[in-house]
Amino acid sequence: MSNKITSFLSILALLIFSNVAFASSTGENEQIDGGAVDTQEEINAYIRHHLQDAHDFTLFTLGESGKHIGFPLPVILWDDGLHVFMSSKFHHGAAVAESNGNYYKLYHGKIYKTNAEGEISYDEDRHPTNARPLDLSITKNVVGMLFAGALLLFGFASLAKNYKNKPIPKGFGRVLEPLVIYVRDEIARPNIGPKADRYMPYLLTAFFYIWLLNLLGLTPLGFNVTGNIAVTVCLALFTFFIVQFSGNKDYWKHIFWMPGVPVPMKILLMPIELLGVFTKPFALLIRLFANITAGHFVVMSLIALTITMKAVFGPIAATGMSFALALFITVIEILVAFLQAYIFTMLSALFIGMAVEEHDHH
Amino acid sequence: MYNLIGAGLIVIGGGIGLGQIGGKAMEGIARQPEAAGKIQTAMIIIGALLEGLAFGALILGK
Repeated sequence: MSNKITSFLSILALLIFSNVAFASSTGENEQIDGGAVDTQEEINAYIRHHLQDAHDFTLFTLGESGKHIGFPLPVILWDDGLHVFMSSKFHHGAAVAESNGNYYKLYHGKIYKTNAEGEISYDEDRHPTNARPLDLSITKNVVGMLFAGALLLFGFASLAKNYKNKPIPKGFGRVLEPLVIYVRDEIARPNIGPKADRYMPYLLTAFFYIWLLNLLGLTPLGFNVTGNIAVTVCLALFTFFIVQFSGNKDYWKHIFWMPGVPVPMKILLMPIELLGVFTKPFALLIRLFANITAGHFVVMSLIALTITMKAVFGPIAATGMSFALALFITVIEILVAFLQAYIFTMLSALFIGMAVEEHDHH
Repeated sequence: MYNLIGAGLIVIGGGIGLGQIGGKAMEGIARQPEAAGKIQTAMIIIGALLEGLAFGALILGK
């Protein structure tokens, strides 16, 4: 049993470290359109491209031919009817995709409706003015979320099944059980109080989902799901609505008519407290988004040292330095991956605790 | 240019704040090692709140 756990952990560690090693060795030859990345601008563009969502799953690009190795993902568009086709039709933005008489083109990661020649018109700021269909595609981030969801379902379903037969789980469940108990005893119960167990499903889901996606972001698969602001907005919205719907009379009273202070103060405090209702989840979403984005940015910038420092230190010293620094930051990022999941869950529990707390009235 | 200066100011402010939180927590743990767990939890929460503030300013200023 412990063999399985050890092998799982070593595979995970291998995946994470191979990211650094692999990217260090091939970093010189990767670019959006293939070809070598040499200048500062190209490196910046490459990192920005990585941080964005994508319509195809590119694992790496061959330097000599500019050929992308990966697989296409389904594109689902709503544009006066459903249009479903594979993203390989776009040829990474080089070709116009035709679907039921409509033409679409991929430009900087976004899909625009065009004519048959694929012309895109621009305004003065070089922003496309073409119409954009409603994009419901299974993008790289969606694949990441589905993958994480499937892993969680698989892991926890087997854990739950284990409890039916005996009190101690075996296999992978033995790793999960202490984490579940940790979330319950260290995060939920001290912060929420007696009603904690009602909110455990949400807190556990948020904790494991964020943690797993943070860790997946460190593998060479190239997910950047929790570094996508739309994902963190959704997660924060869940916390926001749970807090508002579980708020008791005291919670609302403390917002709109603070007890124990003079009337002018009550009026003064009302807008401040009302603003606080929205700033709490806002800080939650910004924190997760900024931390993960910054982490990915730093790791990729350090990998890019191979290229930028080559002229100064020579190729071997530059690669060695970039490898050592990127490895160091990646290990820190593994800690950050846990810490951000912990903080998100902890603060969610704290806000829920504030909303359900029973006050003694003197 | 100005937003870079602003980012520097945010980092200075955040650094001072984090230093205060970490330093005082360290002192507290040294005085009462048995309360280390509680102090650590409170420290992480306040650190996270500060971080949210600093990151919010960095993103709004970008």
